[in-house]
Amino acid sequence: MEITVHHYIVISCLLFIIGIFGVLTRRNLLIILMSVELMLSAANLALVAFSRFSSHLDGQVAVLFVFIIAAAEAAVGLGIVIAAFRHTSGVRVTSWKELKG
Amino acid sequence: MIPWIASHILTITIFLPLVGVLPIMMLPRRFEEGSRAIALFFSLITFIASLAMWWLYQINAVDNGFTLIEQHPWIPTLNFQYFVGIDGVSLLMIVLTTLLIPLAILGAWNEIKTRRKEFMGLILLTEVGLLGAFAALDLFLFYVFWELMLIPMYFLVGIWGGKHRIMAAMKLLIYTLFGSLLMLVAIFVVYAKSGYQMNLIDLYQMKLDPGIQLWCFMAFALAFAIKVPLWPVHTWLPDAHTEAPTAGSVILAGVFLKVGAYGFYRIAMPLFPDAVLQAQPLLMSLSVIGIVVGALVAMIQPDMKRLIAYSSVSHMGFVMLGLASLTTEGVEGAVLQLVNHGISTGALFLLIGIIYSRTHTRQISDYGGIAKVVPWFSAAFIFVALSSAGLPGLNNFVGEFLTLMGGFAYGKVYGVIAAIGVILGAAYLLWLVERVFFGQVTNEHNKTLKDLNPRELTLLIPLMLLMVVFGVYPKLLLDPCMGSISTFLQLMGR
Amino acid sequence: MIEQLLQHISIPTLMCLIPLLPLLGAIANGKMYLFSTRSQWKPSHALSGTIAVVMPLISFLIVAVLFYIAMGLEDSHSVSTGPLFTWFGGTQWAVTIGLKLDQLSLIMALVVTGVGSLIHLYSVGYMSHDDGFAKYFAYLNLFLFFMLLLILGDSLPLMFVGWEGVGLCSYLLIGFWFTDIEKAKAGKKAFIVNRIGDFGFVLGIFFIWQALQPTAQPGDAILSFSYISTHAAFLAPVATAATLLLFLGATGKSAQIPLYVWLPDAMAGPTPVSALIHAATMVTAGIYMVARLNFLFVLAPTTLNVIAIVGCATAFFAATMGLVQDDIKKVLAYSTVSQLGFMFLALGVGAFSVAIFHVMTHAFFKALLFLGSGSVIHAMDGEQRLSMYGGLRKHLPVTFTTFLIGTLAIAGIWPFAGFFSKDAILWHVYSSGHFWLWLIATLAAGLTAFYMFRLVGLAFFGKRNPAGPHHVHPENSVTMLLPLVVLAVLSIIGGWVGVPHAMGGHDHIMTWLAPLFPTALHEAGNESTELFMGLGSMTWGAIWAIIAWILYSQHRGWADQMAARFKRCYTLLVNLYYVDQIYDAVVVQPLLWFSRSVLWQTVDAVLIDKILVGGSARIARLFGRVGTAMETGLVPHYVFLLVLGSVVVLGWMIL
Repeated sequence: MEITVHHYIVISCLLFIIGIFGVLTRRNLLIILMSVELMLSAANLALVAFSRFSSHLDGQVAVLFVFIIAAAEAAVGLGIVIAAFRHTSGVRVTSWKELKG
Repeated sequence: MIPWIASHILTITIFLPLVGVLPIMMLPRRFEEGSRAIALFFSLITFIASLAMWWLYQINAVDNGFTLIEQHPWIPTLNFQYFVGIDGVSLLMIVLTTLLIPLAILGAWNEIKTRRKEFMGLILLTEVGLLGAFAALDLFLFYVFWELMLIPMYFLVGIWGGKHRIMAAMKLLIYTLFGSLLMLVAIFVVYAKSGYQMNLIDLYQMKLDPGIQLWCFMAFALAFAIKVPLWPVHTWLPDAHTEAPTAGSVILAGVFLKVGAYGFYRIAMPLFPDAVLQAQPLLMSLSVIGIVVGALVAMIQPDMKRLIAYSSVSHMGFVMLGLASLTTEGVEGAVLQLVNHGISTGALFLLIGIIYSRTHTRQISDYGGIAKVVPWFSAAFIFVALSSAGLPGLNNFVGEFLTLMGGFAYGKVYGVIAAIGVILGAAYLLWLVERVFFGQVTNEHNKTLKDLNPRELTLLIPLMLLMVVFGVYPKLLLDPCMGSISTFLQLMGR
Repeated sequence: MIEQLLQHISIPTLMCLIPLLPLLGAIANGKMYLFSTRSQWKPSHALSGTIAVVMPLISFLIVAVLFYIAMGLEDSHSVSTGPLFTWFGGTQWAVTIGLKLDQLSLIMALVVTGVGSLIHLYSVGYMSHDDGFAKYFAYLNLFLFFMLLLILGDSLPLMFVGWEGVGLCSYLLIGFWFTDIEKAKAGKKAFIVNRIGDFGFVLGIFFIWQALQPTAQPGDAILSFSYISTHAAFLAPVATAATLLLFLGATGKSAQIPLYVWLPDAMAGPTPVSALIHAATMVTAGIYMVARLNFLFVLAPTTLNVIAIVGCATAFFAATMGLVQDDIKKVLAYSTVSQLGFMFLALGVGAFSVAIFHVMTHAFFKALLFLGSGSVIHAMDGEQRLSMYGGLRKHLPVTFTTFLIGTLAIAGIWPFAGFFSKDAILWHVYSSGHFWLWLIATLAAGLTAFYMFRLVGLAFFGKRNPAGPHHVHPENSVTMLLPLVVLAVLSIIGGWVGVPHAMGGHDHIMTWLAPLFPTALHEAGNESTELFMGLGSMTWGAIWAIIAWILYSQHRGWADQMAARFKRCYTLLVNLYYVDQIYDAVVVQPLLWFSRSVLWQTVDAVLIDKILVGGSARIARLFGRVGTAMETGLVPHYVFLLVLGSVVVLGWMIL
């Protein structure tokens, strides 16, 4: 069986849906962050796959950007998590309701 | 040096007050009092610069069109330009502004006790906005200056105003922003429909589609009508005027409102001549209603400042009556009335500020019989009130007379109803004078009032002299703008 | 001699000096007053009085010189400065400032400066105890400036400047003692009622302006009298409207029905002011204006009829109101209104020069009467009620004599001034075929004699009222007596310039004015009839005078009995037909109510502010509420909405 772009896309979609599911259902902030990473990875996978099958380098370049953004995001996100943890001594998102306008 | 100044006189005049803002900002807080002198100094040189500008205008004037033009690319990709130039009407408006601002600063000399630095800086900033709006010949540039004058004014009312200042400032801001955002939309519609033009002189030559004209005119007209203010979008004015500190009221009544009428003259009417013809009956009717209703409501106000504020509604109705009549007489009268209303109403607000600084009340019922105690103040007040009531020989008469002629020429009924405003004008002003100055002194506190001091006299005497000069020889004002008025009427197809 | 002098001074310069001198006086005195209020220095009465009297006196002399010159001119009898400068204008027309003296304005200017100077002189004595001495003269001189501008101005707008200016001075002088709020109110009322008239005046100007537009070349002074008169033909279509509106202006200034109400109240001012402004000069401005524009008014027969009827009605009603007044100045005020009515009646029947003649004689005798009443009031410590007077003829002999001369003049007794002018009016009314107007006017003339002799009887005859002031100040001020005597002489001989041909005279004034006015609109009547009617009207006046004199100086009880007998009628008259109350209830109060309750508190505060402005704010807040509800503060909710949004957007893009 030949591995086509469709396989990659299906995997990517599955990963993305798992990520969304995680973001929507989990209450633990760390897990949510990890789920976000999962979604980014899904996107990366799709990009690399398209890039490979269309023999074009743009997608790979984009992936590098996404890596960097993911790293930055993780750094900032974890920083916020730590700050929030100090504030409420817990990482449950439902315990923070002060974001109300 | 001198040729350079001469060729950039307009830019220099507009931005001189901005130069003054810098030293005021850098002034240490403990020398705050010095900010008054700095502001006065810069506003005075601006005045001198504007007089030089008048002189250069007289030399360079071409009968129709603009002089002292400066044109530089600003945002070239979008075709926005720094494009300024003046005709006779903008000349008069600019000189009126630069004349009233030093007087307003002098009027605020002792009134403002907190945050003097910021106050003086904001006044100069307002002046930049006003001058720029009067000189701009690029639509986008006009919009920028238009907003620039509003924001400082919002703070002037909101920080240094009276008891209900926050409400008044919000009302001012929201009313005006509401209009100007619609105007912004219309500006971009014009921009898009005209092949990305913002240059007014080019836009004058273009004929937009009548349907689009009407919508754009409505948007512009609403923005300007709010500022004039035309009945029924006038209710921000009594609050803002009443709550503003004296200097704010002087600038509001003296110049701020004029930008609205000037906008009609410079932008809304010549850009959309077909739409104006359709809207003319409406504009005329609203002006006439404004004249009569403003005067009637002024009559029964218990608060002096509010009374004068409503009288402004009435007087600005005359301006719009003349302007919308699209006759030579009417437009001439409107221009005269713009200048003269600035002088007379500015003086009235200064006078009320003077008495308020002594008594801390604006309620008419707290006064009575003070003519005996403060004869100079009373003489000045009655003089200015008579000028405002349009006594022939003083400044307001000629303007009122010509605008009424314009209204009459457009339709007799407009002239007749508007003339009722002249009767009512005498009624509310003389009733005010009677209740404040005549009779016995009813309020114990008023028995020891102090009469005008030298600073206040220097404020009032130039204005009162101008009232006589412009009343007897209005050609001083008419001569520079006659050519511009006929150009305007040609653009309107008259 | 005069010609030699004049070679060095041009006529235009002199003409400009006529109004400017009083203006200078006004400025000088005004400055002195203002400076005296804030320093120890007080201007001496002699100084400000001299300035104030000398300025109009010089003006008078100049007018007299110009009169002499104009008489010598062969063709036009008029001198003019020509246009001095352009005031304002449009593309096709202009209003120029210029002064002109012709037959009509010369007479008016002579009267105004002459009587004006006398009254200034009188005021020096009358106001000598007042703090505002310099202020008073500043106002009075300013008044003369505006009045002379009104008379000399060669165009309608310039006349209007004077027209409003005299109204201003009248306002200031009525409210001169402003610490009394009633007096200040009277001043305000005068100004506002006059403004109603001015409203008509301005609109009248507009009608003329619009009709003359097509005829104008650029720069033409189309509102100047000479231009209007040469283009009168173009005005025929608008003549009725324009003249009716101008006449509205005249009813304001000259106190005719329906705008007469301010004049009686105007008596709150110092008495010399009443004499100068509210009797001799300012109130005749309306007559002057109609006479000035006679070429326009003759184009509108309807207006002339209206003028005649209004004048006649005013003459009669004002006379009836004068019958029962207790205040000496109010009697004279209603008498002035009534006499002005006579003048309008004359204008209305087309006898323009007769009206001007009566303006002149009336200026003499009414100024005299007012100054006389001023002397009485001065002597009685400010008491103005006739019922507090009585028997004053022994205490105030000069005043009494001159007052009596004035009364005889106004009552129309031969050979006093009033006889000739009033008789001429009645005769012209009759001979022009207005029988009913003539009848009413004759009745009013009888009433005039009656109320004036009632006044004389009550004040100078009979016994002193013990309730009045005990001490009568003697009359010893020369400055006050001299004007009385001069005016008394004028009241006697002033009418002799207009003795009609029927009585063997030469009718100089008619001949002098004839070139200005259209030749008689109606056939001149029979001369013997005229003579007979003159005799008749004098007898008629004399009868009423004698009745009044008997009733009020000999048998005062009879008058009270009559008042009791016709109680209804009497109450109506005492309350002046309730006109003030009706105006208040029908115009003033509804207007104030409408302004306050409807326009301000309903339209502005509720309709615009609450519903429109507040309503839009409320709608904005409603959207805000919806938005707020979505803000739970829980991150998962936000994320859910984010995803939901993405799905919706994606779905929309795909589908």
